[in-house]
Amino acid sequence: MVNWANFVSQLFNGLALGALLALISSGLTIIYGTLGVLNLAHGAMFMLGGYAGFAAYKATGSYVVAVAAGTLFLLVVGMIMERVVIRHFYKRPHEDQLLVTFGLGICFVELVRLIFSSDSQVVPPPKLFAGITNLHFMFYPTYRLAVVGIVAIALLVLFLVLYRTRLGLIVRAGIEDSVMVDSLGINVDRVFMVVFGIGSMAAGFAGIVNAPVVSLTPEVGEAILVQTFVVVVIGGVGSFPGAILGGLISGEIISLTSMVDPAYAYVMLFAAMTLVLMLRPHGLLGVKGRE
Amino acid sequence: MNADRLYSTHRPGIVEILTAVCLVAAPFVLPLFDAAPNTVNRILVWGLFGIGFDILFGYTGLLSFGQSAFYGTGGMVAAYLLTRAGFPHVVTALVIGMVAAAVVGYLVGLVALRRTGIYFAMITVAIAEVFFFVEFNPLSHWTGGENGLPGVPTPTLYLGFKTIHFTNGWSLYPFLALCYFVGVLIALRIVRSPVGAVLRAIRENPLRASAVGHNIHAYKLTAFVIAAAYAGFAGGLLGVLQAFMPPDAFTFDTSGQLVMQTAIGGRGSLFGPLVGATVWLFLQDFLQGTLKLGATWKLVLGLVFVLLVFFLRQGIIGAIRDLYGWIARRGRVAAKPAAAQDAAPLEEPTRATLARVEPATTMTPVHHANELHTGAILQTTGLTKRYGGIVANSGIDFTVNAGELRGIIGPNGAGKSTFFKMLTCEVHPTSGKIVFEGRDITGMSVTDVCQLGLTKSYQVNQLFNRLTVRENVTIAALAELRGRFRLDLLRNLVNIPGLREQVERTLELVALTARMDAPVSELAYGEKRRLEVGLALASSPSLLLLDEPLAGMSPRERVETVKLLKSISQGRTMIIIDHDVDSLFELAERITVMHQGRILLEGTTDEIKGNDTVQEAYLGGVHEVDAA
Repeated sequence: MVNWANFVSQLFNGLALGALLALISSGLTIIYGTLGVLNLAHGAMFMLGGYAGFAAYKATGSYVVAVAAGTLFLLVVGMIMERVVIRHFYKRPHEDQLLVTFGLGICFVELVRLIFSSDSQVVPPPKLFAGITNLHFMFYPTYRLAVVGIVAIALLVLFLVLYRTRLGLIVRAGIEDSVMVDSLGINVDRVFMVVFGIGSMAAGFAGIVNAPVVSLTPEVGEAILVQTFVVVVIGGVGSFPGAILGGLISGEIISLTSMVDPAYAYVMLFAAMTLVLMLRPHGLLGVKGRE
Repeated sequence: MNADRLYSTHRPGIVEILTAVCLVAAPFVLPLFDAAPNTVNRILVWGLFGIGFDILFGYTGLLSFGQSAFYGTGGMVAAYLLTRAGFPHVVTALVIGMVAAAVVGYLVGLVALRRTGIYFAMITVAIAEVFFFVEFNPLSHWTGGENGLPGVPTPTLYLGFKTIHFTNGWSLYPFLALCYFVGVLIALRIVRSPVGAVLRAIRENPLRASAVGHNIHAYKLTAFVIAAAYAGFAGGLLGVLQAFMPPDAFTFDTSGQLVMQTAIGGRGSLFGPLVGATVWLFLQDFLQGTLKLGATWKLVLGLVFVLLVFFLRQGIIGAIRDLYGWIARRGRVAAKPAAAQDAAPLEEPTRATLARVEPATTMTPVHHANELHTGAILQTTGLTKRYGGIVANSGIDFTVNAGELRGIIGPNGAGKSTFFKMLTCEVHPTSGKIVFEGRDITGMSVTDVCQLGLTKSYQVNQLFNRLTVRENVTIAALAELRGRFRLDLLRNLVNIPGLREQVERTLELVALTARMDAPVSELAYGEKRRLEVGLALASSPSLLLLDEPLAGMSPRERVETVKLLKSISQGRTMIIIDHDVDSLFELAERITVMHQGRILLEGTTDEIKGNDTVQEAYLGGVHEVDAA
């Protein structure tokens, strides 16, 4: 019976991690789909969100303020980054976009290291979600349960923005056919800036929400970035539903494999990715032609 | 020192000699600048690691963030052999490590190269991460896990009368320098080989590279394996250098540092990674040691890197090259103030060549005795292409006889280009059959079809933009002379029998001989159009399709191009799509008229000229569309 409880608890862990990955990947995939830029600094932005929230928490002691700060800070960072750097790279080859975002990611990580040192920092969960919940067949950390809910709400908001607003319509149209959107007389410049901001915000929000689960270090974004790539490859680049499906699959693979042997978590993840690449090269919910 | 050019202008061997001189001089010069021997040795290892990566990234255009996997694999295999397995001979162990890395590279390449662009970058990152975890945990029994493998011995060289033992510092330097030098020699051979030429073509325009008949997937895999082999050998050297194989060779940071060093130094030059590593390691020493910046050095490097990517796209070597070119050009302008003279000779050879082209000197298609196919060389039956609900082509029965010059006309949207794309197998028909020279080619790849002798010049230019005119034609000719894929990695391009002649004849045919060393970006529009035809022509096809060769040309250019097309058509079968009906009537014997995805009419030029339905299709068709 102990194993059974362990299994369910890992299933929950997988759900929490999967929801988180889905959110981060949605940000990455929206940016890529609309702007055609793969942001290698996305993991660093996840980390930045955590640290911005941590700073706000230290100042106010409030979890809500921390989440708001981490989220808004990344919205601003994303918009500035698009305006100052990314904008000049739309017409340049993909390699240059990868190089410059990779470089920016390193700058973010090292800047945080300079300010906060390499030591790990802790943001405690809010009082409401502190402690452990008795689920009758097992005990489970309350905050992790809450993370699933919080992230689900965030994904819902993102869904509403993408599928129920004018901006979302433009973003989805841009993913379908960016040339066409350009010629529709839409102020693409501003839309692009906002989209990059929203995508970064998703990573930042995930970063601060996740901070109470794991302790913060400047490198925390690196592993997340790799997992996000796998999610996107599995789900299909540019697809919001794909990011969610890919996120949940990846989260469960990592968690359930970890139960047996953590060392093989990545191997299994990679095997799943290879399988998808062999059977559906464009990802589970991806569309052919977008590369 | 422009290693990206196929036809080098400097004396042969000069790069090799300069490299040797620099490597020999380094231990005498560098100590004067207080360079630590260990830093210099590390630069050489990074430089060697980077040579292979540059072939992958700089030459082939594939940016991998997962090279640490092969660096680590090669290093661990060599170190394991030398420490745990008690293997006595260092160089042999290094070579075995290299082979292991190459094999792993081949397997990884099979997966990673299923996709290109950003997908490729993401997949390589993910794969490298797997290697990191596997090395740390399941394989820690062999790799020492997080402790690595200590006690890697240094090499000795037995000269017959004396044994040299390379230990550390400057004593180890000659061994590393020799390895680096051999690495450079091999890499130079590779980038000057036909394979190197195809790799550049893949970087510039993968679509066209496969359309002229190269199996680009196999070539990409080749570049990937070469990069893995270099990484594996360098990884082994890392263990030798440190007398310890560190597990952090497998980290993402290793891959990242390699990418950054290559971009800083300059991609596509082979020496870029060495320059980048020099800048990186000396800056690190300087910032950490002299300025006492501690961990902040990486932030400074990151900022420097971002600025470099922003402003110096081709890195330091690229900047030096540009500066040198700029000075050289200024020097030339100053020496020869009559710049107008430059422009005049361009026209003359064009006319002269056109006049000189006679049937006797034209390239006859070498592809399989054409005369055997006196009847239909191409035949389609019921060819249909649907895109969702839209029918682009429907039920096309079409036959062209060997030696014929056929024109296809039709209003915009008649499905002409789709029809051509199906013939060259760029798109596959929804239903129907294509038979070329008696062989069913339906469903074959564009590469195979080109190899059979059927190719096309594109409606929108598909050229290798950063290469010169001669290099462009060379790449197309190579596909015909070498087939889909061949691993002649060490053979010099210049030594391929028949290549030179074929390139020259092609250039002559399309009247670009005088411009052969100009990069595509400097060509006038008409010249680019002619080169587009030249690329198709260079593979000496027996059936040549031309998609709107006259589009966008001035009336005078049209007259010349029609003349040129006439001379090309000697001894080969051609199908031309164009909207310039008058030119087409002058060129072709028979005309096929397409309308709304179907063949409306077919006949001699005179029959078509007088036909009412054709007039209706062109003029009436337009009205119909307007009304709809």
